[in-house]
Amino acid sequence: MIESADVLKIAGLSRLALTEEEVKLYSNQLSAILQHIEKLKELDTRDVGPTSHVLDIRNVMREDLTAPSLPVDDALGNCPDPKGGFYRVPRIIE
Amino acid sequence: MGESDIYEAVIGLEVHAQLLTDSKIFCGCSTKFGLPPNSQTCPVCTGMPGSLPVLNRKALEFTIKTGLAMNCIIAGFSRFARKNYFYPDLPKGYQISQYELPVCEHGYVEINAGGKVKKIGLTRIHIEEDAGKNIHEGGPYSLVDLNRAGVPLMEIVSEPDMRSPEEAGAYMRKLRTILRYIGVCDGNMEQGSLRCDANVSVRPEGSGAFGTKVELKNMNSFKFVEKALEYEIKRQISAVKKGERIIQETRLWDSAAGVTQPMRTKEEAHDYRYFPEPDLVPFMPAEEWVREIGASIPELPDARRARFVQAYGLPEYDADLLTSERPLAEWFEEAVRLGAQPKPASNWIMGELMRLLNEDGISVEASPLAPAGLVELLSLIDAGTISGKIAKTVFEEMYRSRKPASAIVKEKGLLQISDESELSSLIDQVIGANPNEAGRYRGGEEKLLGFFVGQVMKATKGKANPGMINKLLKEKLKKD
Repeated sequence: MIESADVLKIAGLSRLALTEEEVKLYSNQLSAILQHIEKLKELDTRDVGPTSHVLDIRNVMREDLTAPSLPVDDALGNCPDPKGGFYRVPRIIE
Repeated sequence: MGESDIYEAVIGLEVHAQLLTDSKIFCGCSTKFGLPPNSQTCPVCTGMPGSLPVLNRKALEFTIKTGLAMNCIIAGFSRFARKNYFYPDLPKGYQISQYELPVCEHGYVEINAGGKVKKIGLTRIHIEEDAGKNIHEGGPYSLVDLNRAGVPLMEIVSEPDMRSPEEAGAYMRKLRTILRYIGVCDGNMEQGSLRCDANVSVRPEGSGAFGTKVELKNMNSFKFVEKALEYEIKRQISAVKKGERIIQETRLWDSAAGVTQPMRTKEEAHDYRYFPEPDLVPFMPAEEWVREIGASIPELPDARRARFVQAYGLPEYDADLLTSERPLAEWFEEAVRLGAQPKPASNWIMGELMRLLNEDGISVEASPLAPAGLVELLSLIDAGTISGKIAKTVFEEMYRSRKPASAIVKEKGLLQISDESELSSLIDQVIGANPNEAGRYRGGEEKLLGFFVGQVMKATKGKANPGMINKLLKEKLKKD
């Protein structure tokens, strides 16, 4: 069972502010997901290797070549409070 | 019997080394240092929805190369993992790193600890992306530059095998030398391309258990690594002796105050919720590729140092210094290959060449003087064409003007005076001008010979053949 406290902890790590109804909603939904996982665990997988990725491909790489970057104005286009080419954010260190 | 009241430190280091690729780890943005803020970003490294990372082959190659050079086992199967945390310098909300399946594991490097070779174990070496840079300018804001976000890093994690700040310093230096030898990292600590965090705890000497460890950060030079550890070990020992408990925490080295201080951030307790990175497929480096990478590793510093002692008869000290940087070792070997005697060549490199390079603040690769120049100079000394003293002047002139030694000797009239009649009349003048000293010499004060040699050298501006002056002076001062 996922308790309200678990949901609040995860929400805190994810910087999400949840209403009381949402906490209730998500604890029910997350509990249902975990119950389903418990159900899946009943399956005998002794002869099945662990899946690392849903695609059965390996070694996808690119050569070490540079490509043009975004213009600074475009890069900062979604930033609400840019300053002198920087992203300006609330102070990080106390 | 109670526990020993002598304490020992237990130190493990986590070193981040920036890989010398041209482009970032998962996109084509340039990794160049010092460009205007946020001029090297794209949808991939700023974490725009819908963008997908693709691994830079060179980053994996360099990590495998490092693993092989540090005696690691290269994983046949490796994958990336998401390390989740929120911080403004991490635009995706997670760092792509590695967790349970790193590229390299179970290696070691050897250091010299108090005259003995000591193996420092490596737990793992994994690849990850760097975060951006935060600038705290005071006031209620921080500024973020994402140029560094997505630059490829290796994290090299040691076992807790070091017992003193000196060993930690020796380990760091050895790592840096190897990384530079194999050309995967420039090792520049000031620019942050080599960074070091330390885990340190103390325990009664001989105890098998570990004390509570403290993580140290913000040590951006070898000197600071050693000083920060020294301070922290003293702090912990005195706390333990007073019966206090060590708190598990992260402390920052304050180089101005010379102390470590607890780090204060608004971060909550870490809960990284690692999981396999779904945007990247796993990696199975082909054995043949790993073999090729292994074959591209040059002779490493320890092997080269041993060979320099063995093959050239150099003292340990010389061999150690000459092999500390690969280009320096190559400069030396080129000189020897062109006919220089190893020990004199080593003396000139360690003395005059290093002095001039240091004065100009340049590396040996940028030296205006080539090994062939030194070889010519040494042959002029051997042939008696110039004196050893004059050779220093010629050496510096060669370095400054890039002219060959013989041309400089000719131009400046620096030929050694070995003409017996010329020296003989000069010496007569010197003795004549210093009758007092000549009398004392003849009276038994033989150490005054040095005074006369000096006078003759002065008169010839250092060009006189020293062996000949000695011989002639002794003859002339004996007479009468």
